[in-house]
Amino acid sequence: MHLVIIVDMARISFHSSHNKHMSAYRAIAKGAGRSVGKHMDDQVLLDRAFDGFTELPVKGAVDCDVHPAVPGTGALLKYMDDHWREQIVERGIDGLDAMSFPPGIGALGREDWRLPAGKPGSDPDRTIKDVLDGFDLSFAILNCLYHVQGAYDENMSIGLARAVNNWVKAEWLDRDPRFRASIVIPTESPELAVDEIDRLASDKRFVQIMMLAGGEIPMGRRFHWPIFRAAEKHGLPITVHAGTNYRHAPTSIGWPSFFVEEYVGHPHMFQMQLLSLITEGVFTKFPNLKFVFAESGFTWLPPSIWRANKTWKAMRVETPWVDRPPAEIVRSNFRFTLQPSDIALDGTGLAKTIEHIGSDDVILFSTDYPHAHFEGKRALPPGLSDSQIRKICIDNPLATYPRLKEASR
Amino acid sequence: MAKHIVARVEDIPVGERKTFSVRGRAIVVFNQGGEFFAILDKCPHSGAPLSKGTLVSLVESGEPGVYQRSRPGEMLKCPWHSWEFDIRTGQSYCDPASTRAKKYAVSVEPGCALAKGPFNADTFPVSLEDNYVIVEM
Repeated sequence: MHLVIIVDMARISFHSSHNKHMSAYRAIAKGAGRSVGKHMDDQVLLDRAFDGFTELPVKGAVDCDVHPAVPGTGALLKYMDDHWREQIVERGIDGLDAMSFPPGIGALGREDWRLPAGKPGSDPDRTIKDVLDGFDLSFAILNCLYHVQGAYDENMSIGLARAVNNWVKAEWLDRDPRFRASIVIPTESPELAVDEIDRLASDKRFVQIMMLAGGEIPMGRRFHWPIFRAAEKHGLPITVHAGTNYRHAPTSIGWPSFFVEEYVGHPHMFQMQLLSLITEGVFTKFPNLKFVFAESGFTWLPPSIWRANKTWKAMRVETPWVDRPPAEIVRSNFRFTLQPSDIALDGTGLAKTIEHIGSDDVILFSTDYPHAHFEGKRALPPGLSDSQIRKICIDNPLATYPRLKEASR
Repeated sequence: MAKHIVARVEDIPVGERKTFSVRGRAIVVFNQGGEFFAILDKCPHSGAPLSKGTLVSLVESGEPGVYQRSRPGEMLKCPWHSWEFDIRTGQSYCDPASTRAKKYAVSVEPGCALAKGPFNADTFPVSLEDNYVIVEM
């Protein structure tokens, strides 16, 4: 029911972007996305917090989370095999955006990054101008969120995933040599996912594999290990992006009623996946594998790893393959994209969080374009030293993605 | 480092433990499979009485799903927070670099040897024909 309603709204919004539904929707979205409360003090604090944000003082940063939007399933047709091209048309399948991405939501499409027509992020030339040129980047990594993982038919899921990857390659990677991309996979079918990884891995512009934060079962379970084995074999990190297959409640308390509940609740899902990956022994089995949590936030990490460390000391016999404190595994095998940064509004910014995480190697620059997390080009939250900014923008991404250093083809 | 006679060997049977006060400190002596181990009866983490802890095996693993069990009864699990300490070294399993239970050397000496001294028997009566548990502190 929920899914149907949201998909309908999404359809309404991109077939007729100026109709009354859209403007009502934008008004609601603005309320949810831009203001944290009705008290003036909160708004003042929020404005002050945005004031503390700064532009990138360096050229050649790597944006590790940019979203290219598939305009509609029609745009993928020429990138599908004959069977799926005919079936998608015959059955009239369109609008496969996840319910987490109704494009009219204010937080999901920054006002000045919206297009005259079509979904935010659907025009490669605008993304080149806004992101690659706008932030003077060396690379931007594309995480396409067209919801192919939502197709329960594994055959359709891989058919669509192949089409999305081919589309990204032809319409984006070939458009600008600074684009890099994540391989989209049918997560619930590891065997087919591995085939897709193997098909694309020789193209070094694919720098990682994308999984959504929520699937059928916790991410660390053996079921997913073939994907991890392929990732390690090809030297590809796995990015875990906010979102789920939406067949299970996206929160641990059940289905939320509202977008705001789901979006604000994302970190809980990431927190559980982080624990699942660690406790199931993924890093004992695949010690070189890196996970990049994208659009996850990361200020939730300190209390989470403190609690994990404390409980591990008492319960380590349960998972003896976890042979070091979870926080150490987080620092060596996990990375987190910068935006959104859920920072304190008191001006202290990220300094304390980074100190508590115990490493400034773990954060990777991102704009999360076209989502709205900051104003203008001021993408850097306050509280970062010059050397930390350099690490976050350049050194950390280069260390995380070995393929960025290789030749572009 | 003085040697203190804390008990007759028979006083701490195999699998048992007993606490003693040595120079004002609470010491727990374990008889693990006929071998004696003495540890300060205070967990280095929060001060729990380790004499109330359980002796368990060392469980390790190099591979998810594979459990390697060794050294039965040689890991002392604190009764409060379940931290494990190696009974031979006092070292914490989870934090070997900076958390260590205070361990003391223990030996067993026959009464006839003790009579020659120097030992701190305090008020402990020693007879020549028995064997004694000695803690060095």
